[in-house]
This record gives sequence, C-alpha cells and structure tokens, in this order.
Amino acid sequence: MSQVESPPHLDMDRLIDDRRTRVIVCCGSGGVGKTTTAAAIGLRAAERGRHVVVLTVDPARRLAQSMGLSRLDNTPRPVPFQEREQPGDDEPQGSLHAMMLDMKRTFDEIVEAHADPDRAAQILANPFYQSLSSGFSGTQEYMAMEKLGQLRRADEWDLIVVDTPPSRSALDFLDAPQRLGRFLDGRLIKLLVVPAKVGGRAYLKVLNAGFGMVTGVLTRVLGTQVLTDVQTFVSALDTMFGGFRERADYTYQLLRAPGTAFLVIAAPEPDALREASYFVERLGQEGMPLAGLILNRVHRSPAARLSAARSLGAAETLQAADGQAEGGSGGSANGSAHALTIAALRLHAERMQQSAAEHRVSEHFVAAHPHVPVAEVPAQPDDVHDLAGLRAVGDSFFAG
Amino acid sequence: MVWAEVQYGLRDIGDYWCVNADSLHGVSTRDTDWDGVRLHVVTGKGGTGKTTVAGALALALASGGKRVLLMEVEGRQGIAQVFDRPPLPYEERKIAVAPAGPTQPGGDVYALVADPESALIEYLEMFYNLRHAGKALNRFGVMDFATTIAPGLRDVLLTGKAAEAVRRKRHGKLVYDAVVMDAPPTGRIGRFLNVSSEVSGLARVGPIRNHADTVRKVMHSPETAVHFVTFLEEMPVQEVLDGVAELRELDGGPIQVGGIMINMVRPTELSPSQLRAAETGSIDEHEIAIGLKTAGIDDSLRLAADLAAELTEHAVAAAGQEMQRQRLAEPGQPRYDLPLIADGMDLGGLYRLAAALRDQGAA
Repeated sequence: MSQVESPPHLDMDRLIDDRRTRVIVCCGSGGVGKTTTAAAIGLRAAERGRHVVVLTVDPARRLAQSMGLSRLDNTPRPVPFQEREQPGDDEPQGSLHAMMLDMKRTFDEIVEAHADPDRAAQILANPFYQSLSSGFSGTQEYMAMEKLGQLRRADEWDLIVVDTPPSRSALDFLDAPQRLGRFLDGRLIKLLVVPAKVGGRAYLKVLNAGFGMVTGVLTRVLGTQVLTDVQTFVSALDTMFGGFRERADYTYQLLRAPGTAFLVIAAPEPDALREASYFVERLGQEGMPLAGLILNRVHRSPAARLSAARSLGAAETLQAADGQAEGGSGGSANGSAHALTIAALRLHAERMQQSAAEHRVSEHFVAAHPHVPVAEVPAQPDDVHDLAGLRAVGDSFFAG
Repeated sequence: MVWAEVQYGLRDIGDYWCVNADSLHGVSTRDTDWDGVRLHVVTGKGGTGKTTVAGALALALASGGKRVLLMEVEGRQGIAQVFDRPPLPYEERKIAVAPAGPTQPGGDVYALVADPESALIEYLEMFYNLRHAGKALNRFGVMDFATTIAPGLRDVLLTGKAAEAVRRKRHGKLVYDAVVMDAPPTGRIGRFLNVSSEVSGLARVGPIRNHADTVRKVMHSPETAVHFVTFLEEMPVQEVLDGVAELRELDGGPIQVGGIMINMVRPTELSPSQLRAAETGSIDEHEIAIGLKTAGIDDSLRLAADLAAELTEHAVAAAGQEMQRQRLAEPGQPRYDLPLIADGMDLGGLYRLAAALRDQGAA
C-alpha cells in the first residue's frame, strides 16, 4: 500500500477500556475535527461503561450541537444516550456529561477562592480584570487547564476528555501554564507591584538602571490612569499569585502523570500534519504521554482496485464511442449513452487522486514518526449533527 | 526603513478622512464589489484555507498595476508557505507579481509577517523616539505581560499595524492601494478587531486611548471589510453565519462584512436527475456495468456496484453542500466560488484562484 512502512495501529478501544486512562487530551490545529472527535470518544467510552465528562473550550457550540443539547455551560450537563443493544452485554452502565468552558466564570471562581471577600470584590470590579477575564485571547488556555485540574480533583468522573482551544497553534495549550509561571516570575510584575507597596522605594533602588526608564516609558505610553488601574489590579492579584503558580504547576504535572493520554488530531492535509508533527515532537520533549494520531476525513474508495489513470482512460474511451454514435458531434456527457458510467468513472478518478494526495501527505508524517500509532477516520459524506452521527464516527475509528 | 517617511501620528487622525480622494487615484474603469475597501480582513474557520485565499485575494487586487500588502498576524509563516518562500522576517518585502493583462500592467504583492514585539518597538520609536526603551520593555517582560495578562495589547498592536499600513503615505500618496490581512479564525475575529474598542474602554484618556481610537476608526470605516472563507460544510458555514452576526452587532459598532469565499468547490459530473437517483441509492448499476464492459474493464458487475456506492456518497454530499450554499445566502453578502485545485495547491493554483476572484468581481 505504501513505500513507507505502515505505522502501528492505534487501538482506541483499548485506550478507553483501560481504567487507568483518566484524562484524554485532544489536540491539533483548528478545523481538523477535534471537537467532534472528543465528543465521539466520550460517547463511545460512556457506552462501554466509563463515567465520562467531555470538556470543550470551543465557543462555536459545536459540541452542544452534535450532542443534541441547545447549549453547554460551565457545569457538566448529563447527555442522555441510549444504551446499545448488545447480545450478552453485561457491561456496567456508563454515563456521559458535557460542558463548555466559561472562561470568565472560571477566572472569577479562582479569584473568589484565593482572596478574602473584600479583595476579591476589589479585583472583580477592576476594569482591567473584567476585560482580561472575559475578552482576550490567551486567557482561555489557562482557564481550560484550570478547569481540567478542577474536574480531575473533583474525582466525580473516571474519564475526562478535553478538547483544546482553537488557538493559532496546538502548542499554545501546552505552553499556557508555563507562560503563566514565567510571567509571575517576571521583573515587570515586581516593577508594577513595587510602587503600590509600603517600602517600595527602598526596593526600587535595588533594581537596575533600566527600571526608571521603563517606569517613565510606561507612564508616558500608557498614561497615568491606565498604569494606576494596572497597578491596582496586579497588586490586588499579588496575594493570590502563589495560588496561581501552584495550580499551574499542578496542571502541568497532571498532564505528565500516568493516566493522561494525548491524542493528536489531524486531517490529511499538509498544514494540519505539520502542526501534528510539531506537537508530537513537543510532547516527546516534555515527557508527556502520546497515545497516537487520529487522522480524520481520510478519503477511501470501495473500488480502489481501479486506478485513477485507468478510470480516466475508460471515461475517454466511452466518450469517444458516444461521440461517434452521435455522428461525431461530441456533445455533453449527459446526453450520451454512457453518460452515467462516464460520470461515475470521472468521480472515481477524482477520489483516487485525492486519496493518493492524502496518502502522500500522511506518509511524510509516518516517515518522521514511525512509532506513533495511527487510527484513520474515513470522511463522512454527511455532517455530524446528532448522537447517531457521533456514534458512527466512533464506530469508524474504533473499528480502524 | 521607510518609517522616517511614514506619516503616522496622532496629528493625522483629523486629516485621515480627507485622504480618501487620494486613494481613488489608481481605480481602473473596472467595477468590483469592493471598490473603496482598502483593508481586506480575511477570516474563516481554521483549516478552510484562509491564508491561501488571502494570498489569492492579494494577487487579484494587485493586478492592474496596484501595490498590495499581504499581512499575517499569527506568526505561523503561512504566507511563506503559500508563496513557496523561506520564512519571512518582520519587514515588508515583495513576494509576488500579479500578471499583466492585455491592456493592464501587472502589480506587486508585498508581504509582512507582523509580530507584536516588533510592532511595539516600532510604535514606541515612531511615536516617542523610544527605540531603546522598547528593548528595555522587552527585557522587563512587557511582551510576556502582553501575551499573558493583557493579550489585548497584542491584538491592538497587530490591528494597529494594519491600520498604519492602510493609512501610510509617502510624498503625499498612499503607499498601498490595499492591505489584505490574513486574520485569526472566525471564533476570535470579533474580539480581535474590536480590541481597540476594548482598550478604549480600559484606557479612558492618554496616548494608548488615542492610538486605540485611531485603529478603531479604521476598523469600523467603510474602507474595511471582513471576508469569510468557508467550505460547504455545516460547521464552517455555521461559523460564517455566527461571525457575520457578531460583526454586525459588535459593542463598538458594526464592522463591514465583506464577501463569502467558498473554497474548494468541486464541479459535479452528474445531471440533476442523476444526482437525485444517486442520492436515493437508485442508480442503475447495470447501466454502469455495460459502460465498464464497453470500455474493456473486467469485473464490471462488482465494480459497477462499488462505483454506484461512490456516486451515492457523492450525491449525499452534494445535497448537503447545496443546503449549505442556501444557508450562506442568508446574510445577503456576495459569494464567490473558488475551485478545488485537485492536483495539490501550489503557486500556479494560487494564480488560478486569483483569476477566479477577479472573474467574479471580488477584486
């Protein structure tokens, strides 16, 4: 089938049936079907007796749609699903919950948990905090990690399936907790906090000469009002920084712990697979457990024995025959005797070409990462919009 | 660096709306759907080919002797890949030439990979002559600050850079006829473009506020349009509809919605009646088998059954696509079909997409 040796097969059922698997992180670049995959895994695992919660961070409400819920919120909601009728089925009954990350709510809860009521109120009312916690990109990654940590600590589910934010690159997700740590150690924080503290002046002198210039620039560029708001905000948060740090470290450790499995999701396209490659390499560096690659939307043909070239050749032969029959007028394929066959042959050739192109792209990945197990999910002719569709996706990739 | 010549200061804000007449200098006799738009923001669900379409649009806009800047803001070097170039630095450089027509000269596409750090340093230098301070800010972790606790600053620096390029003049003339921005995906686009409004809300007075106000004016002006790239699939189409609604109802005022670019459109080989038959699985396998046999292909019966199955899948998909096409008509915006480049996207394919955009009046 290919010049490159086939990759090991990713046995998804073994992964979800293994009770030691507690967290499955679905990552990959945007538009590769992460959310649908996460939902399909969740449903499949629940049907096989796991108590599952699926956490999505996708603001497009895609998960809710495919699970037949009108919307999801920050609290896990039960997803009713019908048990499959299986002869001799004595598996324990599983359950499925789904939730969507509410970034602001999650952030507010951290603040409330870490600061005394007065200080919490002060932080929550700060315009800088409000904007940051509800609006800006980047906050989402921390809050997703935070929520994952919370769900894990709550210990109400035996499997958490999480779908990573639609960030510019899959790596953002991994970097978020670390970046928070780096930020908290940053000199800028000290710089911003110092003036608000008693005795700040003495500390100020200790800092290097760049300090005065930086404060000057900040005042000039930001204006006094913004700087004051930022300082108030940062110094109010100052007391909880330890807590933030601990949580970030906890989540990072959680990602490395046994029981966590990363699934890299990709489509057979150059961009998606390039991103998948980066991610696989990064996980290796960080010592994080990679379960394998799920390759979505792979085009296959039931008539693969007929090559694209032969198919096109046959279409041409038939068209020539039709042309002669019509007295050499040629004419459109539709009006002629073999129109249907010609159309079928052309479509088949197109599909074979697409399949070949996809195969070439996937081979690059496999050649670079020969030990990464792979499961392929055939392209569905129809979009997934209900549990049955989700189940069909699950069936196809678990059957592999 | 051309910065010394850049007329980009707070003083210009008032002048800005008077320069539109200048921007008409290069308009050809040909009408397009977006005459008058100078900042083309291209968004779409991840994976739908935003960068490719942005590149094709830049090429299409450049033909006829125009100068177009194609700008990327997410640091993924997508432009370099689409134009088959090594990674690009933070610098405006020419990357492609639009083809000349029989009566029209070619044009130039410049590319810029904008990153917030460089934009900040540049901004400080331009406004305050504070290049060193910019570097010190960097050392103090200001950019870490921006991307962690205040990522909105990052967005405003990037949109600010686009606004600057759109307004930049040299010798009294606009430097670029159009700027095409390969923007963040639809899920983030409202926030990304509206960020100036958010910053304006944070900073009630001061230089940042003034800067944000300028950027906001550009984003909300009739010279800016946001185009959406999609496939004919449910989820990306839903994102288009959600994105359009979001832009029309932004807190900071609406931002003009542009065209809907339908990417990777496949022509169907089947007639409507054949499609209907295929969709319901009532294809005449026997007819296909006879055809195959006539063409000298063995095993024609079983192969005919498999091909019929493929036809059915194709027809089901086509019916779904038709439904999505109808949904895309809802916002009442122009729609453009971009053909699937079946043998793999390359530079030649990019020029074909550019031609398709021009033929349909998108540029």
